[in-house]
Amino acid sequence: MKINPALVAVLAAGLAVSACSKKAPKSLPPDPGGSVSTVAPVTQQGPVPGSQADFVATMMGQDTILFDTDKYNIDSADQTALAAQATWLAKYPAKRVTLEGHCDERGTREYNLALGERRANAAKNYLVTLGVDPARITTVSYGKERPIALGSDEASWARNRRAVTVTID
Amino acid sequence: MITRTALSALALALGLPAAAQGVAQPAPAQPAPAQTPPAGDVGLSGSVSDTSDWQNQTIDIPAFATNADVPTQTNAGGTAALGFTLASVITADLQNNGLFKPTGPGALPHPALAQIQAPEFGGWRARGTDMLIQGYVRAEPDGQVTVGCYLYDIALGQQLAKAGWTLAPGEWRRAAHKCADLVYSRLSGENPFFDSRIAYIAETGPKDHRLKRLAIMDSDGKNHEFLTTGQATALTPRFSPDYKSILYLSYFNGQPRIYILDPATRTQRLLISANFPLFAPRWSPDGKWVLYSMAQAGNTDIYKVPAAGGSPVKLTDSPGIDIGGSFSPDGTKIVFESDRSGSQQVYVMDADGSNQKRISFFGGRSATPEWSPRGDQIAFTHIAGNLRVAVMDPQGGNMRYLTDSWQDEAPTWAPNGRVIQFFRTAKNSGKTSVWQVDLTGRNERRLDTPVDGSDPAWGPLRP
Repeated sequence: MKINPALVAVLAAGLAVSACSKKAPKSLPPDPGGSVSTVAPVTQQGPVPGSQADFVATMMGQDTILFDTDKYNIDSADQTALAAQATWLAKYPAKRVTLEGHCDERGTREYNLALGERRANAAKNYLVTLGVDPARITTVSYGKERPIALGSDEASWARNRRAVTVTID
Repeated sequence: MITRTALSALALALGLPAAAQGVAQPAPAQPAPAQTPPAGDVGLSGSVSDTSDWQNQTIDIPAFATNADVPTQTNAGGTAALGFTLASVITADLQNNGLFKPTGPGALPHPALAQIQAPEFGGWRARGTDMLIQGYVRAEPDGQVTVGCYLYDIALGQQLAKAGWTLAPGEWRRAAHKCADLVYSRLSGENPFFDSRIAYIAETGPKDHRLKRLAIMDSDGKNHEFLTTGQATALTPRFSPDYKSILYLSYFNGQPRIYILDPATRTQRLLISANFPLFAPRWSPDGKWVLYSMAQAGNTDIYKVPAAGGSPVKLTDSPGIDIGGSFSPDGTKIVFESDRSGSQQVYVMDADGSNQKRISFFGGRSATPEWSPRGDQIAFTHIAGNLRVAVMDPQGGNMRYLTDSWQDEAPTWAPNGRVIQFFRTAKNSGKTSVWQVDLTGRNERRLDTPVDGSDPAWGPLRP
């Protein structure tokens, strides 16, 4: 397993804090003085920068793009989302991603496997036009096998026709 | 292994029936006409689609008799219990196909061994039944069981067919299916299909975390076995024509690839190593070739590769999705689906990929074509709002729906090309079930699987 240095830093900080809490410090730290905030320096509260959690938090839903029935074209909303993804990926050039292609339940199983693959590739191709190295991107299709919206209605189907970008930690 | 048993020898061994009575009289003459039906007389009707006259064909199936009620190594108990269960299995087979109204052993008298080859026609006639199936069970010293099966026309007082088999104890149900096959084909004129097996995907769990396992079972859902654990999603299995291998799709290494699994040893290997997703594996009728689809840069095409290994041959080259091929029974043509026209439609090509031609022009989308083992029909999924199972002829004519539900898909043919299985998905819950329907579309029933089921794939008649 690869060890993420940022994660190590956070863990170390956490250990330091908990170690400190066990016994009182020998001497008090110097008075911060002035009217500077008395709140202790905040340790990293959000996800580790560059992690999948960070990607999801930064994307705010734009890790997923949606498709019309039987379609795989990248519309303007998708372009905005993929541009945001590309920006994040430019910031973390060592990160690799998997693009998962999905379909709604209203198609036959095998065709949907191929259609999900086509959707994942459409998203991949657009990311590549934005400068992401294709070698960093793998695709996988789950067809209609992994829905996230569980109803059998237009709203659920619209949410399930998607390509989801997942970074590999 | 199943051994066809010579019934005349059996009758002697069993001491049937005159000798059993110890009376010095010649053995009763066999009703000769039934032994050798006239040439061309292959049944009482030429086609199962002509069902109207058949709905009332009543068949009594009393418990099979035995020479001695002794324990067996089967899971059905001693020979007497086994005789009762055999008759019950035959009854279940012959139900729900629109041809017969069978009555099982629970409601019937138990004929003695001596009556198996000499039915008391008078008594059966009084019940008003048309046909009578009788049989016997005998435990062999080596643990095998021998089962005899006789079909009689009660009104005529004549034997129509007979057969016998000696089987390993674990295979006793095959005797019942073979007996049902004998009766079905003798009375309908169609080829047999009960002695066959089905591979399918057993599904459990909620809609967003479905566990999908490869499983196999007899044509009646019994002798069920799970072949994979469910750790990797399994989809779209196909039995090889000799039942020795199963092709299926698995996400075993995270990516969809095609595996060949040996159900006896439960070992598997990749069909081919590829850096691209592989889908939709299919055997050629002779088991020598495998059709599959591979996606490259989002474009999916159909290939064929020798099952024993070798170089793949690319059969389609359209920029769309070409998937789901199915060989004609003579192996010369392939029916497949393609969205090259803008939506899923059914096409036919020669087995070398030439002469690709669209045959579905029904409106909506047409998918998952499967060529009938008889060659006369293509079953497919028609999508126009709902998904329904339909059939057409190989030229794309005479399209008929067989089902009418919210979501029915992926038809698979019985070995005789007269019955179709498919899977049905329930709205909202996403629960799946395996169903069976005959070519009239009138006789539809759900298969009794231990858990939810999808992607049924019916194998040929067992060797």
